[in-house]
Amino acid sequence: MSDVPWLLTMIVVPAVGGAAVAALPKGRDALAKQAALAVSLLVLVLAVLATVAFDTGGERFQLTTAVDWIPAFGVQFALGVDGIALVMLLLIGVLVPVVVVASWRDTGPGGRSMKAYFAWLLVLESMMVGVFAATDVFLFYVFFEAMLVPMYFIIGSFGGPRRQYAAVKFFLYSLLGGLVMLASVIGLYVVSNSQIGEGTFAFDALRQLDIDPGVQKLLFLGFFVAFAIKAPLVPFHTWLPDSGAEAPVGGAVLLVGVLDKVGTFGFIRYCLPLFPDASRTFAPWILGLAVAGILYGALLAMGQSDMKRLVTYTSIAHFGFIALGIFAFTAEGGSGAVLYMVNHGISTGILFLVVGMVITRGGSRSIADYGGIGKKAPVLAGVFLVAGLSSLALPGTNSFVSEFLVLLGSFPTRPVFTIVATVGIVLAALYVLLLIQRAVHGPARGKVTDTAFPDLRRREMVVVAPLLALVIGLGVYPQPLLDLINPAVAATMGDIGSDPAGTQPATAEQGAN
Amino acid sequence: MIEAPDLSLSALSPFLFVFGAALVGVLVESFAPRHVRQPTQVALALVGTVGGFACTLLLAGRGEVTAAGALAVDGAGLFLQATIAGLGALSVLLFAERALDPARSAFVASAAVPAGSPRDRELLTDERVQTEVYPLATFAVGGMMLFVAANDLLVMFIALEVLSLPLYLICGLSRRRRLLSQEAAVKYFLLGAFASAFFLYGLALVYGATGTVRLAGIRESVTTDGTGTLLVLGLGLLVVGLMFKASVAPFHTWTPDVYQGAPTPVTAFMAACTKVAAFGAVLRLLYVAFGTADWTWRPLVYGIAIVSMVVGAVLGLTQTDVKRMLAYSSIAHAGFLLTGVIGLGAGTGSGLAATLFYLLAYGLTTLGAFAVVTLVRDGDGEATQLSQWAGLARRSPLTAAIMTFLLLALAGIPLTSGFTGKFAVFRAAIEVGAWPLAVVALVTSAVAGFFYLRLVVLMYFSDPAEDGPSVGVPGLPTTVVLAVTVAATLVLGVVPGSVLDLADGAARLVG
Repeated sequence: MSDVPWLLTMIVVPAVGGAAVAALPKGRDALAKQAALAVSLLVLVLAVLATVAFDTGGERFQLTTAVDWIPAFGVQFALGVDGIALVMLLLIGVLVPVVVVASWRDTGPGGRSMKAYFAWLLVLESMMVGVFAATDVFLFYVFFEAMLVPMYFIIGSFGGPRRQYAAVKFFLYSLLGGLVMLASVIGLYVVSNSQIGEGTFAFDALRQLDIDPGVQKLLFLGFFVAFAIKAPLVPFHTWLPDSGAEAPVGGAVLLVGVLDKVGTFGFIRYCLPLFPDASRTFAPWILGLAVAGILYGALLAMGQSDMKRLVTYTSIAHFGFIALGIFAFTAEGGSGAVLYMVNHGISTGILFLVVGMVITRGGSRSIADYGGIGKKAPVLAGVFLVAGLSSLALPGTNSFVSEFLVLLGSFPTRPVFTIVATVGIVLAALYVLLLIQRAVHGPARGKVTDTAFPDLRRREMVVVAPLLALVIGLGVYPQPLLDLINPAVAATMGDIGSDPAGTQPATAEQGAN
Repeated sequence: MIEAPDLSLSALSPFLFVFGAALVGVLVESFAPRHVRQPTQVALALVGTVGGFACTLLLAGRGEVTAAGALAVDGAGLFLQATIAGLGALSVLLFAERALDPARSAFVASAAVPAGSPRDRELLTDERVQTEVYPLATFAVGGMMLFVAANDLLVMFIALEVLSLPLYLICGLSRRRRLLSQEAAVKYFLLGAFASAFFLYGLALVYGATGTVRLAGIRESVTTDGTGTLLVLGLGLLVVGLMFKASVAPFHTWTPDVYQGAPTPVTAFMAACTKVAAFGAVLRLLYVAFGTADWTWRPLVYGIAIVSMVVGAVLGLTQTDVKRMLAYSSIAHAGFLLTGVIGLGAGTGSGLAATLFYLLAYGLTTLGAFAVVTLVRDGDGEATQLSQWAGLARRSPLTAAIMTFLLLALAGIPLTSGFTGKFAVFRAAIEVGAWPLAVVALVTSAVAGFFYLRLVVLMYFSDPAEDGPSVGVPGLPTTVVLAVTVAATLVLGVVPGSVLDLADGAARLVG
């Protein structure tokens, strides 16, 4: 089964599906939705099959496909996954169908046809799979940039009132970061050209280069800026609240849940193994940004009056935790960070979706317009609570495991940063519980009384059920994911030659506790 | 007894085709009855340009100097000639479009009639078609092809004039907004004359310093005698003259006005073909004549590359007219091209191949973008105000999609030819250690991305304006141009391998 080109299929199927949906005649919105759902479910099945075909004890990169693409540049169309990329593919596989169902009843601004929205979603899925599956740096860059186009149209055509501004800001920030990274990509190529004798972009070959420390620092910074904008780390984050707030809910879930993970994925896949010396040099600074992000994101989240902006600020805090785990250079911290990437996708995804359901009912994004949702819509309120608790990493929910692993892994090497970061846990409890208290508890008021405020419909139950199951399931038993992640993280930490004294292998017991 | 110079007729065949067609065109203009002129002239111009294109393909692989050393037939020259001839043929198709303007042509019926006079108003709706543009454009194409093959500064100067004079004329032939068009022609002519003077003065100084106008002779003299003040001064003036034609900042001031005023098909022709020709000459001059003294021109080119990128990208942000915006885009792209010129290195760099590829890719994309501009019209001709493009995607999704794709290519988004080209030139620059230049180029690319995006935002995310422009249904010629340019932009972005190899194989200059 391992010789089936799973990854290629996972890129081609949604791309073709997207083109087919776009080509449907006008007025066939219903068919477009059904087709999009079918295609995205098919991708989920493919992702699961790829996981089955993946051997956790096997080579680092598996399910590989490689053909020459642009020989003049030494570029290959090379795909392959390690455990880290594979869990991200699973996350994409789960989130896209959920988003399709969640967007089922959305209407475009100004009566736009939603057909294009579903077409762009599928194209985006194809690009997202590509960006995680690429093992050629050039190919990675191509997907990294091309991914902007569908998201740009999703925000700009189907978003909220300030969607034009948000879409352009999103695109320009990412484009700037991407172009700076392009300079580094070319720099890597030139270094490989002088060391190996022929220019290459193959990750495995580039990993073995011995790059001069001065050059390493420059190249590292190019990649770092791109990923720090994407992730985003403070102070590169200002585009995210605008984009997250203005994007349609489905787009926001994918933006924060998956697209931004490309940044943290980039840290662990490209920055650490390719530039180990530079990573070590800059680690204290980056950890400083990470911890600043944890506190700053949490404080700003508390001050938000707009629910969607609040959720995006919580994400900025969470990205701080992920960066902390990665740049602590321990196997546990790294595994925790990768697991956090998945868990954050799930818990922020469900939080965004629930917030979106509230906004659809009340027609306002302002927290002050709501109160006592629990009285009129108890099931919705319950889901809201669980989503919030998952976001604040309550034990028993998925996020707890990863947050705990990150802190546990970072403490031995970076005690100060870790201790400061734990303050973020308290702040997380504050911003989530304050939101829940204001919107869910107390007497019904504001939009909750003014409008018909029905409880969850059957379609919405279908949307939240799988994510709820994952929140609890991965909270209790994260081992299958850790089994996938751990070898890849260990290999990455081996690349960077992290100090074994500070490294303890992340074992099953620690993961599960 | 004067010995006849060695002439390889086969090596001259592209010129014979193009100039031959142009000369026959003049005869047709003089003697053929009016009603057969349009089809005959279009056919002639196409035969000339396509024939020239085919001849360069047949010559591929040749590397020699002919016509007593005045002409170089080499890979780079032939690649550029083929590019010019091909883009020229596409431009002729744009000239020949008859379905868009209610008066059946983008060109004024009688250029000598004063704008605004009663006779002019009469002619405005007359379906009489101007056909002098075809031989003029063919002459310009021939001049451009000669420009990139000139192995001698005097021939280069003559080619410069042969390509410029017809361009000055056809810039002033717009049927709509005639005063703007005539102003453009005068401005282009005056500033162009200055540029020619600079070039000529530089030529004289270089001759004074080296005693020869042959590029190879100059190179020899530079190697043996080194460079003196006279030579450096001469080189500087030559570069100024060429940079003017290539619309590189700070010699760009004519570009926005002329691009805006000229009839849009002519603007497309200039943006695509003139750029290729001017850069071809720049490459040949700097590499063949001054390749051994690259330290003298490198700082100069380095500096104007940065100025051009910054000016193009930053001033492009403030434009409110599509044609002016594309003009500033062309200035920024000239700066990107110069990073490829820097990437020539001491002759070992991949800069030459990269620049050749970039010229081809940029020429096709920009030609397509201007072709889209000819489609969007209101009662007064083309609607070039940016605000008039608001909501275009609702009116004509296909036109908006094509324009968006071409704009993304100009912005250098992957999977378009613009990205492949940028990657190639930036790689060449970084390879020779010019990474600060590449970083500036990347940052300005992001800035330029903003104004391309602004148009996309307008077309897709804004509500259509009341009584906004309509999108004309193009006839066959424009449709062909759009199909070719869009397909090429896509193919050169997705599977550029074979064309890159071609440019790589062609990257050879003799002298």
